Amino acid sequence: MEFAFILEQVVNGLLVGANYLLIALGLSLIFSLGGIVNLAHGAFYAIGAYLTVALSPTIGFGGALIAAPATVALLGLMIERFLLRRFYRADPILSLLLTFGLAMVAEQTLRMLFGAAPVPFSIPLWLRGQVFVGDFIYSKYRLIILAVAVLCVVGLWLLLKRTAFGRVVRAGVQNPDMVAALGISLRPYMMAVVMIAVALAALAGSMMAPVTGVTPTMGAEILTFAFVVVVIGGLGSFWGVVVAAIIVGIVRGLAAYAFPPATEAAVYFLMVLVLLLRPRGLFGERIQRFE
Amino acid sequence: MPHPALSRRALLGGSTALLAAPALSQGQPDVVRIGHLTPRTGFLGPLGEYAVQGVQLAAEEINAAGGVVGRRLDLLLEDSVNPQTASAKAERFVQRDRVSCIVGEINSASALAIGQVVQREKALFINTGANSDALRGSDCRRFMFHIEGANSMYVKSVGRALLAEGKINGKRYYALTADYAFGHDLLRVAKNFLGANNARPAGEDLIPTELTDFSPFMLKLRQARPDVVILNLAGAQITNFLKQYSEFGLTFPVAGFGFDTALAWGAGQGNFLGTWPTVWHHLVDTPSTKAFVAAYQRKFNRPPENQAWGDYCALKIIAQSMNELKSVEAPRIVEHLEKGAKFDVLKAREGYFRARDHQIMMEMYAITALPADKVRNRWNIFSSSAGIPGPGEDLEAIAPTSEENACTFPA
Repeated sequence: MEFAFILEQVVNGLLVGANYLLIALGLSLIFSLGGIVNLAHGAFYAIGAYLTVALSPTIGFGGALIAAPATVALLGLMIERFLLRRFYRADPILSLLLTFGLAMVAEQTLRMLFGAAPVPFSIPLWLRGQVFVGDFIYSKYRLIILAVAVLCVVGLWLLLKRTAFGRVVRAGVQNPDMVAALGISLRPYMMAVVMIAVALAALAGSMMAPVTGVTPTMGAEILTFAFVVVVIGGLGSFWGVVVAAIIVGIVRGLAAYAFPPATEAAVYFLMVLVLLLRPRGLFGERIQRFE
Repeated sequence: MPHPALSRRALLGGSTALLAAPALSQGQPDVVRIGHLTPRTGFLGPLGEYAVQGVQLAAEEINAAGGVVGRRLDLLLEDSVNPQTASAKAERFVQRDRVSCIVGEINSASALAIGQVVQREKALFINTGANSDALRGSDCRRFMFHIEGANSMYVKSVGRALLAEGKINGKRYYALTADYAFGHDLLRVAKNFLGANNARPAGEDLIPTELTDFSPFMLKLRQARPDVVILNLAGAQITNFLKQYSEFGLTFPVAGFGFDTALAWGAGQGNFLGTWPTVWHHLVDTPSTKAFVAAYQRKFNRPPENQAWGDYCALKIIAQSMNELKSVEAPRIVEHLEKGAKFDVLKAREGYFRARDHQIMMEMYAITALPADKVRNRWNIFSSSAGIPGPGEDLEAIAPTSEENACTFPA
């Protein structure tokens, strides 16, 4: 019984990890290619959630799941074109300040438009219910979130590994000067990467809106975890981020089981441990530009 | 790059004027300044917004009715953020802005910090949202008063309803508690009550305030199979819990010992359930509540919740006291309140501050979530008990006794 229960917590941890993953992957991509630590990434998650709440009454939850990330991708395009682009080669502290400012502007804008109180939103009736496997119980809706997250991860991996687009992006991460010497401009690639990254964050926000409080601070709350996942996984490593997200989810579940007050703190202990033993993260590659 | 429109001399002059501004306005005899401090960001931010709106409405009404001792009331608003910032801002209110009264706060740790400042500076502080019993007991201060209910009052009022429903006596409970000053204090009071009424723990977990995903705890609840789930949660935790509890399809009865209506409104359709205590709600059937709700709704386009009530009433109490005394001096107001002056707190019976610990004595309510098919709009999602204590009873019946929570005011 006890073992089965711990197993249940571990499985739950995997599912929770999937939430962090969609945000962490985008964060990692933008940093790897553009050298920008995007502190505004959580804001796109929050905007995705609010758009879903706002759009659902007219186009339905299913429609909002597509429309919200698409809208945020366009927002990402504007931000990349007019703001981020100026900072790829600049001192990292400048882009840090810029994105920190953007995050605050976004949070306050949401507060002014929708108020500070949580905006009510529930799981649509057709997605409610639980799944039982033996004594295991799980929310049907969360399994759907997991399925969508897995699809996104596989899709992104195929995009990066199996397409011409992906080859340029990966080369750009390793050695942008060589890519430039070959006569390829990274600009359009960077724009596409930012759009994909923020759309994934918005999708995560859309999917979480029914099961978590929709408040202006939700972006800041999730961002810290996404960062921890990226740091543990290692920069530039796709699978590192995936594995880290799963480990973080499991560690969190086990902490909730063994010592609840440390549910969130356990994740930071894990990060400290990884940084001490493997400063580049679990699967971190040696990226010339950052060494 | 030189900027022709802004010479160095103009800049210097401008800065001097700015620096001198507080000194100049302090001299204005025609305003009475009152400071409002409350968390407006973070996990209590949703409640702080109601607090600010409530106090703004009160200030407007007070000024429309002629102000305070013939002068205009000037409200200064600040975000208290955390205990350190709350303390610094309270000090600035008193020393720089010369306010004689501070209203607000929700976080028990911040309220304690403000209490220490006003004790030193001899200014009045009415706490409108911090529940911890310790603020009325071991940490009580002569210059600090409480219009917010104490944790004991919350537990005893909802406890009556739960006992009547047969959810406590001989039952097994699982308690989830916010892991900070407020939660610890509430858990202590709750366990006294539960123990005294033959309830046994099936599980107890402290929940970090920043936790948003309760799924591991849903699994724990399901495994423990308690007769009742007791929630000592705070802020956004309540919204997240309610959403995920119904997501996991758990059916154990839920009872909260701490509550704010905005968090239930934010949970969304079909997610609010259980029995909860509240100091006030927008459906209280009195003429003064109806007038307040109507005015608030006109101004802010939504009904007020209990936090708006606290800050609204606190400012009204201060203005009324100042007008009756014809004085804005904090020590005189303290004396007036300690003598048991009565105030309309929008309920059936008037309230008064108990001299022994400065806690307001008033009715509370136990509310119960309406079944989903009875809910007609997003605001009226619960039914309410009549005022607790009942009409024939002493208002002190639900307050902490001096044995439970002794207060000795420090000199």
